[in-house]
Amino acid sequence: MKSFLIRRLIFAIISVIASTMIVFMLSRVQGDPRYLFLSSGYTSQEQWDAWGEQMGLDKPLPLQYFVWLGKALKGDFGNSIKSGYTSREMIRLYAPASLQLGLAAFVFVILTGLPLGVLSAVKRGSVWDLIGRAFAVFGQALPPFWLGIMLILIFAVNLEWLPPGQRGGWSNYILPAITLGWLASAGMMRLVRSSMLEVLDSEYIKLARAKGVGTRAVIWKHALKNSLIPPLTFSALIMAGFIAGTVVTETVFAWPGLGFMTVAAINDNDFPVMTTAVMVFTIIYLMTVFIVDLLYGLIDPRIRYS
Amino acid sequence: MTTPAHEITVEEIFESQEQTGFRSFLAEVRRWPIIPIFILSLVVICAIFADIIAPNERDKQDLRARTSAPFWKAECGVEPDGRKQTPTFDNCRTGGNKYLLGADPLGRGLLTRIIHGARISLTLAAVSIAVGTIVGTTLGLMAGYFGGIIDEIIMRVTDIVTSIPYLLLALIIVIVLGQNFGVIVLVLALASWPGIVRLVRGQALQLRELDYVALAKVAGSSTFRILYSHILPGVSNTIVVATTLQVGSIILAEAILSFLGAGIPPPTPSWGSMVSDGRSYLNSAWWVAFFPGMAIFLTVMSFNFIGDWLRDKWDPRLRQL
Repeated sequence: MKSFLIRRLIFAIISVIASTMIVFMLSRVQGDPRYLFLSSGYTSQEQWDAWGEQMGLDKPLPLQYFVWLGKALKGDFGNSIKSGYTSREMIRLYAPASLQLGLAAFVFVILTGLPLGVLSAVKRGSVWDLIGRAFAVFGQALPPFWLGIMLILIFAVNLEWLPPGQRGGWSNYILPAITLGWLASAGMMRLVRSSMLEVLDSEYIKLARAKGVGTRAVIWKHALKNSLIPPLTFSALIMAGFIAGTVVTETVFAWPGLGFMTVAAINDNDFPVMTTAVMVFTIIYLMTVFIVDLLYGLIDPRIRYS
Repeated sequence: MTTPAHEITVEEIFESQEQTGFRSFLAEVRRWPIIPIFILSLVVICAIFADIIAPNERDKQDLRARTSAPFWKAECGVEPDGRKQTPTFDNCRTGGNKYLLGADPLGRGLLTRIIHGARISLTLAAVSIAVGTIVGTTLGLMAGYFGGIIDEIIMRVTDIVTSIPYLLLALIIVIVLGQNFGVIVLVLALASWPGIVRLVRGQALQLRELDYVALAKVAGSSTFRILYSHILPGVSNTIVVATTLQVGSIILAEAILSFLGAGIPPPTPSWGSMVSDGRSYLNSAWWVAFFPGMAIFLTVMSFNFIGDWLRDKWDPRLRQL
């Protein structure tokens, strides 16, 4: 167990360094970030050099990265070139919107994927099964941006029931949550369905039924509890995916979250923000995978770490 | 007493066998995903013969027909809700159905551009999956067969690639290295190879322990020969199924990239960027965003169905979700 933890930690550190290094180097291939401010004819050589020194551009590229990394370890991730805020402030500014959206989408996943999965497994071959599987098939084939636009078209433009975008009251969350959550919910539904089918077929369920436990108790108490192990771990990965994968939803709904911020930073070649954002996403992903692995061991004692 | 045995002639036996053969063939066909196969053949035909099939010119702008309505809505002089038609909706000048599915904001036929978009989408998906599969299979075979330090390095690199948020990395790469065919293929291949590496490695690990591989080694086969003609055939089913299952998500990834403006640059039509073009016209012309998205949806769904079907048929072990 201890060696497992240490190996995981070392691997996580290498991953974070590798991902930030790749992004940092790529951002420099794009061109000198100073060109962002260049107003031709009004910039003297001295100003140009002063900017370079201020941003640390006068040193060789690999060294620049390690300077950034050294500062980052002390909590200083550099300033946004565009807005002047520190990268930390930027993240703090944009993260709440992403988290709230992710949470809303997660609620959607739990409210749809879980019951549909159980229903379609219990009533296999019925209308519910059909609905559940259609739900999954649609979720896995609908392009998220198009889904978002069509939801806006139907519910915001034509029916005028819900707002077409931006943050606000609870009604602003519905359409983005569906857009972001449907794909994950489809995965959840399929996972719950297959794991439920497996459990329903097991010996102890047959025994429970044979000794006269009611259908409802068998399904919701005996079967569901044990078929929830794969979905539970999957749901952690869903959350990680939401936080990093909101780019499309946030673009469609003009949602001021992390994905939105990062895309803007990429387009502006704002390398400190870009690198920090990718680092945050990588760390979130690695932490989630780690928690999932630990959860597995806690829930199912048969799993051993090596 | 039923019919005695001697009355059955040899011809009858052949006939009956033929019949059951044909019947079982029919029964087999009935299980095929007919509708997805039909949709996909349509898309493939569109992609190959786009120049012949497309009713209009691909990039020719017709500003008087911009955002003109699909054929069933286009009426001369009258909007569907009875108002007098505005000049921008003037579709009757061209006979009402020159643009069957309407036209985009620059007055280019939507149907034409969707047909040409099929070519871009399928070509990009096919090439990038080929690249991803070749890279993934090679690395997976090496990791599984050699084991040890090679395995460790390949798998850790794969893990690192998976841990970087894909879409952001893809955006950065495309914006930095430029929006051209090669770069987009590279980016899409990046999405496909890690999964293939894991699958192939797992199977190669099992196969290398089998007797016939050991015998081949004793017989003096070179490492390349063992990998190529003894282990690769054992994993080829898995590879085919896994790649078919991936096509849908690769097409989606390409559409997302081009929706975000990091796909094949205009004026080349791409389904994702066409949806993006239609975003600002939802109020007046929903069809501009609707039809290209529908094309993505139907294509991806068909690929998913066929992938699932192939998996159940050839490699049920892959059935996890």
